[in-house]
Amino acid sequence: MSAPDRRISIQAEDFDAAAEIAALTQGRKDVGAVVTFTGLCRDEGETLAALELEHYPGMAEEEISRVVTQAESRWPLLGVRVIHRYGKIAPGGNIVLVVATSSHRLAAFEAAEFLMDYLKTRAPFWKKEHRLDGAARDWVSAKDADDRALERWEK
Amino acid sequence: MKAVYFAWVRERIGRTDEEIAPPASVVSVGDLIGWLSERGEEYAHAFEKPNVIRAAIDRTHVKHDAPIAGAREIAFFPPMTGG
Repeated sequence: MSAPDRRISIQAEDFDAAAEIAALTQGRKDVGAVVTFTGLCRDEGETLAALELEHYPGMAEEEISRVVTQAESRWPLLGVRVIHRYGKIAPGGNIVLVVATSSHRLAAFEAAEFLMDYLKTRAPFWKKEHRLDGAARDWVSAKDADDRALERWEK
Repeated sequence: MKAVYFAWVRERIGRTDEEIAPPASVVSVGDLIGWLSERGEEYAHAFEKPNVIRAAIDRTHVKHDAPIAGAREIAFFPPMTGG
């Protein structure tokens, strides 16, 4: 079995989920399942003007790469794409993309969830909220629920 | 070694990075947080709740009991909120 087709990108530019899916499936006949997750910026009940994402250059790529390696060792994946944006993102805009491909759906579903759960708690990114009412900008707090989401993978 | 700061840790300290030379008595990441906290009000404010602070040595997550010997770059930041 050849190594999974893997690409990780930390970028300010927007991404195109359809183009990433096409790149993972075109010209091959072994892919039976593609699971895609796209995380978008919400307007939080019409109160948010934008999110500003800060990251740790270098470590962001390396940490996501470590998480992808873990996923590849747990599930028979054929391909993985992780794209995480940084900079200012307006409501409705894309933040993160995870695509996992496999011969069968269960591996693709589980790997995509695993990747997102670990990305949220291990990838060095921080969100700051810009409010529409001009109130002081504030950093988003980490959620206990995100930490708890990891527990199911640690069994 | 180089210390780098992110998010509100960076904002409170007022800089993105700096060269630091802690004394030999500073052995672990936790010791370093304590030593940095003594450097001034802005550091004390950034590290007022040490348990919340996450750290990485040479771009790998570490716990507060990790030794800092040989580290080139030590990063301090709040819990991550990406994704």
